[in-house]
Amino acid sequence: MILKVDDIHVYYGQIHAIKGVSFEVREGEIVSLIGANGAGKSTVLKTISGLMHPRSGSISFLGDPIAHTEAYKLVNRGLAQVPEGRRIFLQMTVRENLDMGAYTQKEVSDADIEDVFRRFPRLKEREKQIAGTLSGGEQQMLAMGRAMMSHPKLLMLDEPSMGLAPILVEQIFDIIREFHAAGTTILLVEQNAGKALAVADRAYVLEQGRITLSGTGADLAASDAVKKAYLGG
Amino acid sequence: MMDLIANLISGLSLGSIYALIALGYTMVYGIAKMLNFAHGDIIMVGAFAVITTVSMLGFPPALAIAASVVCCVVLGVCVERIAYKPLRKSPPLAVLITAIGVSYFLQSLALLIFGSTQHSFPKVFSVPTLALGALTIRGDMLVTLAVTTAIMVGMSLFIAKSRTGKAMRAVSEDRDAAELMGISVNRTITITFAIGSALAAVAGVFYGTTYGFIGPYTGSMPGIKAFVAAVFGGIGSMPGAMLGGILLGVIENLAKRYISTELSDAIVFAVLIIVLMVKPTGLLGKRVTEKV
Ligand SMILES: Nc1ncnc2c1ncn2[C@@H]1O[C@H](COP(=O)(O)OP(=O)(O)OP(=O)(O)O)[C@@H](O)[C@H]1O
Ligand SMILES: [Mg+2]
Repeated sequence: MILKVDDIHVYYGQIHAIKGVSFEVREGEIVSLIGANGAGKSTVLKTISGLMHPRSGSISFLGDPIAHTEAYKLVNRGLAQVPEGRRIFLQMTVRENLDMGAYTQKEVSDADIEDVFRRFPRLKEREKQIAGTLSGGEQQMLAMGRAMMSHPKLLMLDEPSMGLAPILVEQIFDIIREFHAAGTTILLVEQNAGKALAVADRAYVLEQGRITLSGTGADLAASDAVKKAYLGG
Repeated sequence: MMDLIANLISGLSLGSIYALIALGYTMVYGIAKMLNFAHGDIIMVGAFAVITTVSMLGFPPALAIAASVVCCVVLGVCVERIAYKPLRKSPPLAVLITAIGVSYFLQSLALLIFGSTQHSFPKVFSVPTLALGALTIRGDMLVTLAVTTAIMVGMSLFIAKSRTGKAMRAVSEDRDAAELMGISVNRTITITFAIGSALAAVAGVFYGTTYGFIGPYTGSMPGIKAFVAAVFGGIGSMPGAMLGGILLGVIENLAKRYISTELSDAIVFAVLIIVLMVKPTGLLGKRVTEKV
């Protein structure tokens, strides 16, 4: 078991955003978490990555309890998150963003940089460009490349297809499959339920801070409840 | 003409001291997102550390300067840990008031220990006055210029190239994203305070050497001027702080010499206000980039 989330409750001050969520991700899986706006998907990811902490409940990553571990300590244990809205460093160059992704490595390996540039040739051409001048799609690619620089065992992606044209969405999902094929376990949060269920081994539906459905990607995609609420009929 | 050149050089020397202090101000602002109004008082503490170690403990100058740097770094880091860190998630106003409190605390502490009289600052280095024909330049000013320039170049390279420097820029831009890269935000802020305080200690040595006397309130005026310099150049911008500091020193010196000694500070502030009216982000300040 790579990740096990057990009955976590997460608050923003008085707001009870996550109300007893439990789920798990096994080695080598792609697991999708889908849900409407405000369901609490990002909050769940932020709680796993250590940017927030649950008021109760537990999280274990590779067997260790991490519910109260600070975010920066989890990176070299093999956890990486591509946050919602990409959050690349806009005032730094493309290359510097990748360097930051490798912050926990002893040194930035040329092979890793080459690997990112091979997957994303558009980034190579823009190596010295300030990241703030990249297009939305390029920024998403940079965010994903940056996350891969730390060689994560578990990669968490928060709405990687947000705001992208359909052709780019295809590309992003292709890249997710590539990362997965290369041995990375993936936890994917998406609004694009159709694509997220198609790519997933298993999936969970989050509604108002609770998990209401779970199953294989195919089962959920075929379920009436999911079709009605998330797949437009 | 010679008079003007001599005046410009002493302005540059004064300005480079402001620049060192402003650099600390602007780095702390950029990374910890706070105005550390106690920053000026670190200069005073540093200068007293030199006075104490030289006159009471008989330290040689180089050792006294090193002791002063260590003392300021420890003080800066402690102040951050004890006074500011617990307020990391508090509203900015609470942090600002705390910083003012720290400033008064340091001043009162110095008053208690050293009394209200001005103490003369020991001669930590002696360089003969340089005479080029009719032009004479004080040796200590040349040393000040040379050392501060070297420090500023070094700092710029450090921030641009080193792993820690890049981490500082990352934290300054987006704390959460930096944490997700494995960067400890708390540690980065500590390093920033340590560097800022070390720069203030060096500035204290030059300030003491330039003016010759130190009292408990000595730090407040250069502190305010450095803050002005940082805003002038664009708060948060390191090149801005350096440019702002140097311009401030030059303008202040020219105003003193050619307009009026009493009005020089007022003129400095008037220039700041005009610059901010024309360019509200300061000379080199960036408009905050919108998040996509
Ligand atoms: N910083 C915050 N302060 C207070 N409440 C918050 C904060 N961030 C999120 N919330 C609340 O927590 C709940 C869950 O938010 P979250 O961002 O996790 O949803 P989400 O499923 O990621 O939504 P979206 O699909 O729009 O990104 C929402 O009701 C939201 O209003
Ligand atoms: Mg979200």
